Amino acid sequence: MTSELVRNASLAALGVLALAVLVAMVRLVKGPSLPDRVVAVDLVGMLAAGMIGVLSIYAGNGVYVDVAIVIALISFLATVAIARYIERREVR
Amino acid sequence: MRDAITVGLLAIGSVFALLSAIGLVRFPDLFMRMQASTKATTLGIGCLMLAVAWHFGEIGVATRSLLVVLFVFLTAPAGAHMIARAAYVTGVPLWQGTLRDDLAGKYDIAHHELEGVAKPDEGANRD
Repeated sequence: MTSELVRNASLAALGVLALAVLVAMVRLVKGPSLPDRVVAVDLVGMLAAGMIGVLSIYAGNGVYVDVAIVIALISFLATVAIARYIERREVR
Repeated sequence: MRDAITVGLLAIGSVFALLSAIGLVRFPDLFMRMQASTKATTLGIGCLMLAVAWHFGEIGVATRSLLVVLFVFLTAPAGAHMIARAAYVTGVPLWQGTLRDDLAGKYDIAHHELEGVAKPDEGANRD
C-alpha cells in the first residue's frame, strides 16, 4: 500500500525528527534552570509522538497511532506534575 | 497526487519540529524558548498527524490521528502556561533586553494574588 516515495519521505522525516530530538537534548543538558529542562523534556515527548506517527506511515500500519495518543497524554501529565512541583517547592 | 500531499505534509511537519528544537536552543530566555517549542511543535505535530490521516484514508486511523491533533492543541497551551507561571514565580531571570515586565511588583508570589484585581471598592464605581 505504501509507495516507495512515501517510504523514503517518511524515513527522511524520521531522520529530521531524530535530529530535532538531539538538538533538544542540548537544551536538556545545558539548561540553566529547572523549567528549561522541563520545557526540553516536553518538547522531546511531543517529538516522540510525532515520530510514532511517521513510523506508522513507514510501516504501513495504522495501529501505531494509539501509541502516539498515549505518549502525548503522558507527556502532558508529566509536564503539569513537574510544574506543580516546581511551584510548590519554592513557595512554601 | 495522493502521495505528493502526504510527502508535503511530512516535510512541513518535520521541518517545523526541527525549527522548534533549534529555537529551544538558540533563544536567550526561558519564555522565548517556550514560545518556540510550544507553537512550532503544535504546528509540526498537527501537520505530521494530518499526513497520517491523509495517507491511510481510513475513518478509524484518521479519527485517532486527528484526536492527537486536538489533544495537542488543547494541552500544549495549558502545559506551557503552567511551566511559565512556575518559572516566573520561582524567579527565573528574564532576558536583559526585555523592555517591560507588566507583573513586576504587582504580583504577590506568596499568596498568588494580583494587585488591583480583588478589590471590590474600586470595581464598584467603575461601571
